[in-house]
Amino acid sequence: MTDMLTIDADFHLPQAGVSDLLPYLDDYWRMQVVDRELPSMPFRLSSYPANAPHARNTAFEGLDVPGALDRFGVSVAVCSMLHGVAGLHNPDMRAALLSAVNDLVARDWLDADTRLRGSIYISGEDPEAAVAEIERLAGDDRFVQVLMLAMQDLPHGARRYWPIYEAAQRHGLAVAIHAGALYRNPPSVSGWPSYQYEDYVIQSQAFENILVSFLGEGVFARFPDLKVVFLESGFGWLPTTLWRMDKTWRGTRQEVPWLDRPPSQITAGRVFLSLQPVDMPGPDEVAQVVKHVGSTDMLLFSTDYPHRQFDGDDPMPAGFPDAALPAIRAGNALRAYPRLGRDPALAARVDFLEVTP
Amino acid sequence: MTRHVLARVDDFTDREVRRIEAGGKPLCVAQVDGRFYALIDRCPHGGAPLSGGRLTGTVESDGPGHYRLCRRDEMLKCPWHGWEFDLATGQSWSDPKATRTRAFAPSTVEGGDLVKGPYVAETVPVEVDGNYVVVDLP
Repeated sequence: MTDMLTIDADFHLPQAGVSDLLPYLDDYWRMQVVDRELPSMPFRLSSYPANAPHARNTAFEGLDVPGALDRFGVSVAVCSMLHGVAGLHNPDMRAALLSAVNDLVARDWLDADTRLRGSIYISGEDPEAAVAEIERLAGDDRFVQVLMLAMQDLPHGARRYWPIYEAAQRHGLAVAIHAGALYRNPPSVSGWPSYQYEDYVIQSQAFENILVSFLGEGVFARFPDLKVVFLESGFGWLPTTLWRMDKTWRGTRQEVPWLDRPPSQITAGRVFLSLQPVDMPGPDEVAQVVKHVGSTDMLLFSTDYPHRQFDGDDPMPAGFPDAALPAIRAGNALRAYPRLGRDPALAARVDFLEVTP
Repeated sequence: MTRHVLARVDDFTDREVRRIEAGGKPLCVAQVDGRFYALIDRCPHGGAPLSGGRLTGTVESDGPGHYRLCRRDEMLKCPWHGWEFDLATGQSWSDPKATRTRAFAPSTVEGGDLVKGPYVAETVPVEVDGNYVVVDLP
């Protein structure tokens, strides 16, 4: 437990059943969902059961949402309810059910615990509907990010998705990409794996593709205030990817002239990554990654409640410089999430931190 | 400084890039719109002969999808890693803070009172009255 301001960037709410969404649907979609027996569908997004060993963290055993926030001294948790309705093909039903998820989160969770901040969960495959959903909810300051899945039809930098980023930037919402797929796109760029083991391991590789896509397609140039958050991406791959981005750029700038300085400088302050899962085995390796990247400014504390990503009681791995911990716990999140950054109560606590030895 | 003759002016075609040794130094000599440029023919990045590269320009952009070709053929692109160097200054364009080639300032002068380099002296002795490309080297 710590008195340090702590912002959890990746906190999962238990998935609501389809029947729980019925009050948030209009008459037509309620009739459709009931008549088609959809409440019996699990619509789970994860590729493993909820009670699989790696899905449950013993550190959270017996803790409900408020209890977990108490347990780790979380001041603010950016929460998400990853729901399988994002994978529906019917764009109208998908949009209706995504709206229902978002409304349920606001009423059942954001209203209940003031430490929670919400995600506007959208499907990238229908940018028009996604923008409409952002516009519908942006007036509620408790929503601090737009949430998309990592694996979709095209890499995230594609122009097709730009209306989403324009709306997010305009409303001061970060764009968060969470590990996960729609299960109709191979999780690997080289095709379909055979085993769940493969699917789980290669999730982080999608984020390397996404980072290069955001950069190369010019999203950071086009949307100069946009902030991007990777959730459950791991960050052990950052050094080599950043280096390859910089090295290759030197000889190929003419193709992508909107990259007007070394790419690692362009992504600094624009891309943030959640702490868990830490994909290094120990403190020495953590320190080596930090040394190679040259900064911890892009890391956001996360518990990944209720999933099992760390042993023991502390999500913060050993290996970071002590001086970097306050920023990893909270300061970086205030830069990643514009709406948190302009929250006077949080800013006051950061000021307090800065004058505390 | 010693003045060396590199080549006859009219021996160069427009936008030709050629390696010429003078005073024991390999030079990368280029002619663009009648103006001559010479660089030490060794990329300061990886050591490639720059004379194997292509003339290029700079590309400016107002954002994704916007391209503006500027300073056409005033840059030389290294054949190995694609780094670009300003012919006039030797300034690297890929990483302006890190790398600069040594640029010389060739000029076109009337021949006759020059210390000729190997090319002119050995193969074109009668061109003393013609226009030569020359360079001063220490």
